[in-house]
Amino acid sequence: MIYEVPSRIKYTSGYGFCPGCGHGIAVRLIGEALQELAVEEKTIAVVDVACCYLAFDNWQYDSIMAAHGRPVATAVGVKRVRKDATVFAYLGDGAAYSIGIAETLHSAVRNENITVITVNNGVFGMTGGQMAPTTLDGQVTSSTPGGRDPARAGHPIHVEDLMGKLDIAYLARGALNSVPNIRRAKQYIKKAFMKQQQGLGYSYVELLSPCPTNWGMEPLEALEHIGGEVLKVYPAGEFIDREG
Amino acid sequence: MEEILMKGNEALAEAAIRAGCNFYVGYPITPQNEILEYMCWRMEQSGGEFIQSESELAAVNILLGAAAAGARGMISSSGPGFSLFQEGISYLVAGDIPAVIVDVARYGSGIGEISQGQSDYGLVTRGNGHGDSHLIVLTPAGVQETADLTALAFDLAEKYRHPVIILSDAAIGQMMEPVSLPEPRKLGIDRFDWTVKGCKDGGKPRLITNLFYYMDDYDSFLRGKYRAMRENEQRWESFRTEDAELVIVAYGISSRIAREAVRDARAAGLKLGMIRLITAFPFPEKAFAALPESCRALLTVEMSAIGQLADDVRLADRCRREVGSVCTGIRVPEKEEICAAARAMLAGCEKGVAK
Repeated sequence: MIYEVPSRIKYTSGYGFCPGCGHGIAVRLIGEALQELAVEEKTIAVVDVACCYLAFDNWQYDSIMAAHGRPVATAVGVKRVRKDATVFAYLGDGAAYSIGIAETLHSAVRNENITVITVNNGVFGMTGGQMAPTTLDGQVTSSTPGGRDPARAGHPIHVEDLMGKLDIAYLARGALNSVPNIRRAKQYIKKAFMKQQQGLGYSYVELLSPCPTNWGMEPLEALEHIGGEVLKVYPAGEFIDREG
Repeated sequence: MEEILMKGNEALAEAAIRAGCNFYVGYPITPQNEILEYMCWRMEQSGGEFIQSESELAAVNILLGAAAAGARGMISSSGPGFSLFQEGISYLVAGDIPAVIVDVARYGSGIGEISQGQSDYGLVTRGNGHGDSHLIVLTPAGVQETADLTALAFDLAEKYRHPVIILSDAAIGQMMEPVSLPEPRKLGIDRFDWTVKGCKDGGKPRLITNLFYYMDDYDSFLRGKYRAMRENEQRWESFRTEDAELVIVAYGISSRIAREAVRDARAAGLKLGMIRLITAFPFPEKAFAALPESCRALLTVEMSAIGQLADDVRLADRCRREVGSVCTGIRVPEKEEICAAARAMLAGCEKGVAK
């Protein structure tokens, strides 16, 4: 079997994600899903700043860089104007659950017909690995050097708790730590885009993703950490799957 | 053309729709709620998109997406909400994205007061988010002018690929006056190649991002844009300035009282005139260059505590003349106090004049 790079993904030299970063996998899976659905000519990507923005060098779609935490809001504006386009927001967990939580949730409340893909690596990556709302209890980050203390910083946020009872089209969490999980994650992404094509409304996929640089781990160690620790806190699977 | 009686805010909304505005997103705040409430049914009726957003922060970022996708988009708020627009305004500037942003000003810092005020002058002429942001600022003084400048705002935004501000206030927004509205236009979403619409196979993807990432000399480009605005878009009304000894400078609600003050003063033999701003940026410097030798002093009339407009007047006049201010804060100025301040200035007496 020969795997080909999706035609709308360009690999450049000189830029790119850190070694072992999960963003590269996410970017690739989204590219494959859009190619299989043959919607690339009408795809519009709305990308957050920081690590997510590095995908600008890879994806060959019409794209917008939104303000930090606002890709979901900006994607809503795009989709309302271009209803035939396939519009997705691509952002991190800090954007989705911290600074942009209002935009994440209210777009879901209105069941806006867009796809949102959130890369959850448990830290603010580009700024040096500070605590995010998703940081695990006890996890050491550059702003929790003694580990996240729930007494001071609360517990990690779970998107299924926030959105699980909302009237949206699709909600799933995948993990980018092993071949079976990656294949499953791609199916979630593809399904999310299909919900949008069917006009069913808000489709949301969270991807558990390694950040070896800021976790202070080797790439393989980071993948094992997801399998051993992260998935215990953040179970993968589909939480909402509305049929047409 | 037929005239109808309309509130300033509703005339603004209707003029926007007739000017081809096909996207509005807003959040409630007094004194501009009529715009949101008018748009919620009228936008749908005219085939555009309306969203009541979760916040002004969301509104401006939704607007950015809509405008980048080809809509003629507008948002509106008042001071406290306009502060939250700042983030998105900076991104609109950075990405070369046209849009219309309305501030129906109320008074003061913090929650302030919902009545008319002019203390947002610095915000709209100096603020506008981080970075080197200047936006064209249009300052209507009545309902007809609100309608006219709203239509103009969309054209200017697209002419310069840059956001444009309409600075109204609670009085102009809430008053009813006869207005003749612009002819309706229907505009599609594919008028510009640069807007995102989906990239054909083999095509070059359109990227809406910080321009300077892809531009060799962005600084020159930005300076050139502002230079063109300064050269081409200064707008003002000179009223009885031709032989004036003192010229009042005002805009919006204050300029209406100032006009009465000029009339009263002239009837009493005192030669006053007025420069009324129609654009606060670019500031109408040309109006000051054309002032007669007879003019010995300038007097701003503004509903702020500290005289924000006065700074621009000094610069435009190159500090040649004495500049005074009648700063009435939350209170609408009275023509008598304007005349008194003018007399006092001309007599070389500063008493009673806040500077």
